Formats: sequence, C-alpha cells, structure tokens
Amino acid sequence: MKNPYLPYPVRIQEIITETQDRNLKTFKLVFLNPEDEAGFVYMPGQFAELSVAGQGEVPIGIASSPTEKGFLMFTVNRVGRVTTYLHNMKPGDVMGVRGPLGNWYPWEEMKGKNVVIIGGGFAFTTLRSSIVWMLDPAHRKDYGDITVVYGARNPGMLLYKDELVAWEQRDDITMHLTVDATDDPTWKYNVGFVPAVTKEKAPGAENAYAIVCGPPIMIKFTLPVLTDLGFPPERIITSLEMRMKCGIGMCGRCNIGTEYVCKDGPVFSMEKLATLPNEY
Amino acid sequence: MLKIFVPKDKMPRWIGRIMDGARVFAPVKEGDGYRFRLVTRPDKLDFSYQNTRLSPKELVHPPAEAMFSYSLKKGDPKAGILEEIPKALGTRVVMGIRPCDAKAFQLVDVNFVTDQYMDPWWQRRRQNTVLVGLGCHEPCSTCFCTSVGSGPFDAGALDVLMTDLPEGYLLEAVTEAGRALLADAPEGAPASDTVLTEARFLAQQAEKALPRLFMLDPLREKAMTALFQEAFWEEVQFACINCGTCTFLCPTCWCFDIQDEVHQQEGVRLRLWDSCMFPLFTLHGSGHNPRNQKLQRVRQRFMHKFKYYVDKYGNGPACVGCGRCVQYCPVNIDIRRVAAMMTASCVCPT
Ligand SMILES: Cc1cc2nc3c(=O)[nH]c(=O)nc-3n(C[C@H](O)[C@H](O)[C@H](O)COP(=O)(O)OP(=O)(O)OC[C@H]3O[C@@H](n4cnc5c(N)ncnc54)[C@H](O)[C@@H]3O)c2cc1C
Ligand code: SF4
Ligand code: SF4
Ligand code: FES
Repeated sequence: MKNPYLPYPVRIQEIITETQDRNLKTFKLVFLNPEDEAGFVYMPGQFAELSVAGQGEVPIGIASSPTEKGFLMFTVNRVGRVTTYLHNMKPGDVMGVRGPLGNWYPWEEMKGKNVVIIGGGFAFTTLRSSIVWMLDPAHRKDYGDITVVYGARNPGMLLYKDELVAWEQRDDITMHLTVDATDDPTWKYNVGFVPAVTKEKAPGAENAYAIVCGPPIMIKFTLPVLTDLGFPPERIITSLEMRMKCGIGMCGRCNIGTEYVCKDGPVFSMEKLATLPNEY
Repeated sequence: MLKIFVPKDKMPRWIGRIMDGARVFAPVKEGDGYRFRLVTRPDKLDFSYQNTRLSPKELVHPPAEAMFSYSLKKGDPKAGILEEIPKALGTRVVMGIRPCDAKAFQLVDVNFVTDQYMDPWWQRRRQNTVLVGLGCHEPCSTCFCTSVGSGPFDAGALDVLMTDLPEGYLLEAVTEAGRALLADAPEGAPASDTVLTEARFLAQQAEKALPRLFMLDPLREKAMTALFQEAFWEEVQFACINCGTCTFLCPTCWCFDIQDEVHQQEGVRLRLWDSCMFPLFTLHGSGHNPRNQKLQRVRQRFMHKFKYYVDKYGNGPACVGCGRCVQYCPVNIDIRRVAAMMTASCVCPT
C-alpha cells in the first residue's frame, strides 16, 4: 500500500483570480508524473490535501470534474497560513496534492432523479465539479432535471462567472443566480438570499435530491424551505467542514460521533446528521 | 504453547541473549517515575515498578516523528518535493509491559490499519515489536482493567506473559513470536505443575483485588445523541483546566497534528501528539470553532472512549483501565466516576 501521507508532486499551471475582493483564486495543477495522474481517480464531492513544502497542508474541495482531463482545479479562499502562502505562489511553482479524499455525492442513488443544487458563497467548488460532470454527454442522460440556485454577496463575489453565463444559456439545466444586494444596473438575475430564492424557484421534491453547500447560516435557513417543499432528510445532502490534518481518518481531529468527516464524509445526508452530535 | 520457568539469577542471561538479536526496551527509573527506555545491560532490568508514568505508546507512536524531508533551495530540481525519511526499524522486544498497555495497542490498531489506508510507521513498528508482558499481582488503587474487559493477567495482546514468582519467572508463550523467544532458552526448564498452580493462584488473587466499578452493556443501548445531551457533563467538566495531561499519558489516545518545520533551506514534515483538550485542535481558519467550550472538549474525550469508539467498532471501550489519567489529573477528574455516570451503573469508587 502507498504511503497515504505522501503528496503527489504537481506544478501550478495557471492561477485565476475569481472574485472582486481578490480573496478567492483558482489554481490549475498538473501532475509531474503521469502515473500519479492515472492513480488519482475521483468523483465530484471529494477533496484533496494541497501541500506546500515548508508551510503545511490544507483540505480543499476538488473543483474540476473527473471528465476534465489533464489537470486538477481548486478554488482557495485566503484565510490563514497555508492559503495565504498559496495565494502568493506563481504559475510554474511546484507543490503537492494528496488524495482524492473522502466520499462523494451519491451519484449512483441519484441516477434517474432530478437534482437541485443549492450553493452559497465560495462553497460552490465541488458543486461546479458536479454540474460539469452531470452535463457531460456521458452522464447527462443519467439524471432528470438539473436546477441550480447559487448566491453570493454581490455579483463580484460569484465564482466561475463565464461558466455560469454559459450554463444560463443551455436548455438542459435551469440556473437561478442571486446576490444579496447590488447597485449594478447590468445585473439581470435575482436579488435576495438563497433560502428565499430557493423557496420561490425550486421545483418540487418529487423524485428529487437536493445538494446544499454554503455558509452555516445559509444551510440553516435553507433546510426548512426544503422540508416544506417535501424533501425528506435522506434526500437532502450536504458537505461538512471540520479542521483537518491527515484526511484519512487517522489523526482524530475531524471526529464527530462515530464519523471521521475526512473519511466517512465530508458528504452526509440530513438523515445521517440527525443521528450525530451537532458539533460542527 | 510453551511455558518455561527461569530462576531469578538466570534472567539476565536469557535477556542478554535476546539483546544480541534485538533492541530491548524496558521500564527505567527516571526521577521518581518509570519510563520505557532502550536498555543494553541485561543486569539493569528492574521489574519492581508498578507502571510507567508515560504509557509505552511512544514506542510505536512517538511524540514527534519526522515523516518527510524536502529541500527549499532555489534551483534544486527536487525543491518542494517531499520524500519519505528512511527509517531502520529493526526487531524490538518490550520487556515488562503491563497487559493493559499492550491491550491498548490492539485497540488502536483498528485506527491505523484499515482496509482503505495503512499508517506505515504504526504498522511497521507494531510488526517489529515483540511484547513480553508482566502480569500485575499488585494492581494500584487507580487501576480498573477488569471493569473495561481486560485483567491484570490478560495475555490477549501479549507475545509472552511473565509471572513474577518468589524464586523466578514463569514465562508463557502466547504467540509464535513469543514462542521463538522461549524455544531456545537453556536458562529455563519446562514449568512444573507447582509453578503453574502458584501462578494461577496469584492471578486470581490479583483479579479479585480489583473492584468491578461499572457495567459496559448500557453503553451500547443508549443513543449517542442522548448521552451527548446529558446534564452531568456540566459537573464533569467543571474543574478541568484543559492541561491535556490525561490524553498525553493515555495509552489509547492517538490523536496527532501534522506540522512543517524549516531550518534554513531544509525542511521536514512532522507528526506530533495532539489533544482534543486544546481549543486549537478544532479551530477553523475562519475563527469558527465547533468545540470552543471546555465542556465540549471534556465531553469529547469521554464520549470518544466510551461511546463513539464502541459504536464505531462494536468493540472497546477505548480505555484499558490503566488509571494514569486518574492518578495524574491535577484536579482529580476520575474517569471511573464518569464511566459510571455514562453507563448509569454506578458503583462509585470516589
Ligand atoms: C472537506 C473540506 C473542503 C474544503 N474546501 C475548500 C475549498 O474548496 N476552498 C476553500 O477555500 N476552503 C476549503 N476548505 C476550508 C480550508 O481547508 C481552510 O480554509 C484552510 O484549511 C485554512 O488553512 P490556513 O492554513 O490558511 O489557515 P490556518 O488558520 O493557518 O490553519 C492552520 C491549519 O489548520 C487546518 N484548518 C484550518 N481551518 C480549517 C478548515 N476550515 N477546514 C479544514 N482544516 C482547517 C489546516 O490544516 C490548516 O493548514 C475546505 C475544508 C474542508 C474540511
Ligand atoms: S488531566 Fe484533568 S485537568 Fe488536565 S485536561 Fe485531563 S481531565 Fe482536564
Ligand atoms: S482513559 Fe485513563 S484509565 Fe483509560 S486507558 Fe487512558 S489513561 Fe488509562
Ligand atoms: S483529518 Fe485526520 S481524522 Fe480526519
């Protein structure tokens, strides 16, 4: 068995500043060794530890889709030691990736079902992966209607803007973009918080799954809306965040009840979460 | 399995021959406490201890371990790429480990060796380490191994069980690795029935001396969330100063941190013991902390040992009753009392 703590060496191919406040940057990484790339088989919803020698590691959701070959993509919010250092790195620099880690959204169970994706702020990363994956011709027929509600504080804080516009124009996905507030006269989508927009725009719960990722406050107010729409807890899916180190269920840090969020999660259904202490 | 008797004056010879083929670790007196250390002189072994202050987990899971090294030199083609630090982990024999501490290794194995991932350092050290245990005939007042499914002569996690008798030691092989240590020992003779009877009697006396303090069965029946919300956590946590002593001394606490350390142009990635008793353990970069209150951290330690582990693995609890946390907690928080509260089967000792 491979040493599960040893990162694969990768090179930064491209860095894209995503948001107006410059706090979110997307990193496109390419493997130095082709055999490492072949071994990195992942599903939307999984994450990886980004490793910077001399700084440490951070768990970050994989924003690229397995259908996009030749690179991995991560969108990183600048918060503390490692993420700040990452923001100052340059294309061509060498770093590491360890993974893929954790479980993924229930793609098998969701086959033949409608999928409602609800995202807020920068938690949209693995949701992007999911959308790209579902829209791929190889997978689109496996799922029913795809509806997306995605909100940010203002238009400048939305991630992946070019793609959002492109998805808007497709007829095999329904997009509901929203911002908390804006004085931008060119903004032609919704204004309002994610829970309110979900209430207004989300389709019925029949034969549908909802995937909800965002800041805790958004999740808190969106859940009752989904329940009112008729989504049972086992069909409401979310991804948890806990401070992490090992990412493989060994260091004990991300423990909640019987679960290690890094290995048994980060994806959980609301049904499962109801059985665990709410310490997250 | 093989059982031999070695007279006291011949023990150094037997141990000396083991030292020829392996590194031997044994309790060594340091200040007013004992600690497992490398011992190179067979006549220096001292089994007159009750237990070491720090548990022997450090032999398999060191407090600080360099995992990877890397260069940060500009122009070095390997700069920024981590490489595993090679380690010579030859055969080791741990002499005189207590049955409870050996059992702790078994309980922690399920964390480090799983179907999906294997911790290479834990796994290799476990494989290369032979455990020669010493049964306890004088359990301390803080011991409660029999309440948590073990016992003072529990050989379940040992390779050899030693019983200290007035004239010498009864050495009983438990595993193949243990048998190999005894097979070629001219110092010993096959154990006589008298010796075996004498040893059984000592073991029974020791077991009887240990009170059964609580029942484990109720743990499984009670829902995790119900136990989590119990009112008694308020009282349990009151005096705790979150010093972390309990988790550092505990043989079944394995949590660790990973940190990078750089000296000039060379760096290492280390793993270091950590503790759920510290607020930093769960602090997010954003400032959010799911266990920012002391109560939550104290509860996590006990819930993990007596409920989460038990539910996750259908085994346990993740406590072997060594009593270290009871003995060294500066504010006298007593896990026996907490376990009795959690199991609602109180036969309170304190
Ligand atoms: C499953 C998962 C997916 C995530 N996906 C993303 C993402 O796509 N984009 C993004 O920007 N952020 C994501 N995060 C959060 C991100 O991991 C933290 O913001 C980051 O670790 C902060 O590291 P730092 O060194 O800058 O902060 P510091 O405060 O200096 O943290 C020190 C160390 O603590 C740990 N740590 C601190 N905060 C967190 C945290 N919130 N979660 C986990 N470990 C933490 C890390 O090991 C970090 O190196 C995710 C977290 C998890 C658990
Ligand atoms: S040793 Fe006692 S005071 Fe210190 S953290 Fe443990 S329970 Fe709290
Ligand atoms: S919890 Fe206390 S008594 Fe139990 S194994 Fe750990 S240190 Fe020993
Ligand atoms: S991050 Fe180490 S156990 Fe989850």
